[in-house]
Amino acid sequence: MIYVLAIAVFGGLLVGLAAVLSMAEKLLVNYGICEIDVNAGERTLEVEGGQSLLSGLIESKIFIPSACGGRGSCGHCKITVLEGGGPILPTETPFMTRAELKSNVRLACQVKIREAVKVKIPEDLLNVKLFSGTVGSTRSVTHDIKEIRFDLIEPAEISHRPGQYVQIQAPSSEGPVFRAYSISSASYERNVVELDVRIVPDGIGSTYLHGLEVGDPVVFTGPYGEFRLNEDPDTEIICVGGGCGMAPMKNIIFSLYDQWPGRSCWLFFGCRTTADVFYLEEFRALAEKHPNFKVVYALSDPVAEGEQWDGESGFIHLSVDKFLEADVKRQAFLCGPPPMIEAVTRVLEDKGIKPDDIFYDKF
Amino acid sequence: MSDLSPLVIIIAAIFTSNILLANFLGMCSFLACSTQVSTALGLGAAVIFVMTATTAINFAVYHGLLVPLELVHLQFIVFIAVIAAFVQFVEMFVERFSPRLYHALGIFLPLITVNCAILGASLFMIIRDYNFLQSVGFGFGGGLGWTLAIVLMAGLRQKMGYSNIPRPFRGVAIVMVITGVMAMVFMGFAGMVNIQ
Repeated sequence: MIYVLAIAVFGGLLVGLAAVLSMAEKLLVNYGICEIDVNAGERTLEVEGGQSLLSGLIESKIFIPSACGGRGSCGHCKITVLEGGGPILPTETPFMTRAELKSNVRLACQVKIREAVKVKIPEDLLNVKLFSGTVGSTRSVTHDIKEIRFDLIEPAEISHRPGQYVQIQAPSSEGPVFRAYSISSASYERNVVELDVRIVPDGIGSTYLHGLEVGDPVVFTGPYGEFRLNEDPDTEIICVGGGCGMAPMKNIIFSLYDQWPGRSCWLFFGCRTTADVFYLEEFRALAEKHPNFKVVYALSDPVAEGEQWDGESGFIHLSVDKFLEADVKRQAFLCGPPPMIEAVTRVLEDKGIKPDDIFYDKF
Repeated sequence: MSDLSPLVIIIAAIFTSNILLANFLGMCSFLACSTQVSTALGLGAAVIFVMTATTAINFAVYHGLLVPLELVHLQFIVFIAVIAAFVQFVEMFVERFSPRLYHALGIFLPLITVNCAILGASLFMIIRDYNFLQSVGFGFGGGLGWTLAIVLMAGLRQKMGYSNIPRPFRGVAIVMVITGVMAMVFMGFAGMVNIQ
């Protein structure tokens, strides 16, 4: 009898507590449907409250960039929350500059939707779509870099500006994650997205992409990126890349000559050895068609015996210094490892390019 | 002991038998969440609320159910269940109304569930045979005493940011030393009233 009683009393107590908690949950945690106002009435979304702003926006097909998948560790999902975001959290402050703190910039993944929210999202991000496609071709261009082309299925066309990037969905042990890669296909190639991917040991994105075979399905979002090519035909375009930092510049150069066949442009590309050189033939062929396009490849290591090399040698910023004249109207795009970017930026500034006209992808 | 007025018990629980400084209960969150006064105050408020409410409910459950039905041997599991439910409630409440505090407390908010000071308050109330008002007074005073200790410590730690602490003492070591000194200072109150 006492055992039954003991179980009944304890069970009854638990049921009672569970009932009280469920009631509290209904009153406290359930936020109902909340309204998100985007860009002062431009769009109004209705989403389930209680989730993060990031997942609420993604649910409504607004793809805010996020490399870490909402854990608050990459700081990519910055948007302006005008109303209803609550106070800024300690998880966000390390990613914010003082100006951003003042102007209500928040990490969308850390803001929880509790009430009607008003947000400001850059026009570019509203054009971001979720694409599905299949692998059309893969090609090893060097020993560790693969050129991978996706044929788009849904939507069948992408409209991007040169220099923009996409985020590929890759599987990981903690569920799907997104990894950013620059688009290397020219912007007039509407139904293809091409990437140049260097394999990184244990890298989630690069191992996944290198393992893909023709016909495999892929999912990605894009295009992202703020870069805008200078539309003035008299402005010379300078592209400087190193290592595997080629993709955005290939896109820029091919798109540029499609639109302005006579425009002046320099491509400087730094490699270590002849084994790391890629796309040189393609660019030389382009340079024959367009005399105002000049290609300079440089090797930083000495050329091995028995090898032919008709390009430059030394670090790439030395070639930039050697070939460019000072004080020409220019816009520069750099892509490569941080020390290269720093060295090249210094050279370009000496040549009279304003810091505002130098853009870069550091990695 | 059952002739003490609840008010005296509150005062005693804050000063002479401070649950943290005299009984050393609730030490882990005391050490972890005492870096900032605002966080310490928030956690203190949560502890005061949980401690007061759980002593009241546990008193009712113990004397209303367990004693008459001769199920006193269930007291631990029952007390823990009540405390767990209450902390869950507090967590929902804090997340809704103070997200900043919610993030500042992090894992230590749910960990109030196993904060030994809170179970300790319920057990002392049984051991010392308090009546209902005395129990609630003890729970409330115990929570206040714990809050006082953690807020004092947080204030000291914030000040300590500007002092030159010998290298081997930096971090938790100096906090332990200060806790000991604080406990010693609180021993000075011991002559006022004794509820042990």
